[in-house]
Amino acid sequence: MQTFKKNLTEQVLRTSGVNVRKCMRCGKCSGSCPSYEEMDYHPHQFVYMVEKGDVDALMKSNYRCLSCMACVERCPRGVAPAKLIEAIRLMVVRQQGQNHLKADQIPALLDKDIPQQAIVSAFRKYSK
Amino acid sequence: MIFSYYPGCTLKTKAKDLDKYARMSAQALGITLEELPAWQCCGAVYPLAKDEIATKLSSVRALMSAKEQGNDLITLCSACHNVIKQVNNDMQSDKDIAGKINNYLNPDVEYHGETNVIHYLEMLRDKVGFDVLAQKVVHPLTGRKIAAYYGCMLLRPASVMQMDNPENPVIMENFIRAIGGDPVIYPYRNECCGGYVTLEDNALVGKNSVKVLASAEDNGAEMIVTACPLCLYNLGKNNAEHKVPVIYFTELLAEALGIKGEGDKENADV
Repeated sequence: MQTFKKNLTEQVLRTSGVNVRKCMRCGKCSGSCPSYEEMDYHPHQFVYMVEKGDVDALMKSNYRCLSCMACVERCPRGVAPAKLIEAIRLMVVRQQGQNHLKADQIPALLDKDIPQQAIVSAFRKYSK
Repeated sequence: MIFSYYPGCTLKTKAKDLDKYARMSAQALGITLEELPAWQCCGAVYPLAKDEIATKLSSVRALMSAKEQGNDLITLCSACHNVIKQVNNDMQSDKDIAGKINNYLNPDVEYHGETNVIHYLEMLRDKVGFDVLAQKVVHPLTGRKIAAYYGCMLLRPASVMQMDNPENPVIMENFIRAIGGDPVIYPYRNECCGGYVTLEDNALVGKNSVKVLASAEDNGAEMIVTACPLCLYNLGKNNAEHKVPVIYFTELLAEALGIKGEGDKENADV
């Protein structure tokens, strides 16, 4: 189990390219995050969780990030928390049958004005 | 001036106004926009992961196509601009990604980010010049209080996008000044509307969008302009209490250049 968790964490670090050990816990990422209140784990927390190797909890709850890059832009240490979330999502959706959004769910989510951009980007963020 | 032009999927469907007024205005400004042949959808969000390769190929094909034509590449949709510019940066600076993509596409000449990617607003600022634009305005938007909404994708990450200061941008405000309007500065102009989450969770997006709308309105905005079809949709959908209209910046440009009516005539069936 320990090895499995270690492998998951290494995969997140490799896929994201993020160096979590650069974090100095200033909390600017969470202070900047427009989804802060919506999240089970906030940006400053998930950076630390990845550092500790506590990735499996994040794999269950990571769909509140808007990928707005505010945390990436404002981090004084260049840590890029949003890239960790992306890597964690990919670890989930790259598994067979684990897509967060499936093609047959989409028609029910549409209205007449919704731009293609919304569908394409949601599909890219939620599915493989 | 001749540029290659990448419209993107939404500009051919739900955001035809963004595209139409941009083309008309470019023509009026003496600029030729040559649409790239057989372009493919960029995917609308930049693939952040280091090991995502296939999702970047459509952007690289567009970039290589512009290089082949020998032109700078103009983008208009905020999302397309963000994706294509960031992928171009990968091709310049990430040997692993560039190597894999060149191996896969196997072009006669390898591509390493040579194409210059320019947003339409940057074209107005740097190629046309806001001062020259101001001289070509025939219907100045005098007295109109207009709020520029940048959202996230035009500005961030600033180290790659290099359009403007990500926290205190001026390019859209200077554009509004050039066409005679009165720009409204408000704190939420570079905060996210909620983006793609709209498909899954309207309520979350609603909260963010209402903050943007209220912030603009409280600071005296009569209208909001954007370059992003998804921002326009999200703000428009959540505009029940805040009646401030949200339109594409290109529509205002066409209006100021005195050619907006021509486009309407062109598209009217009667």
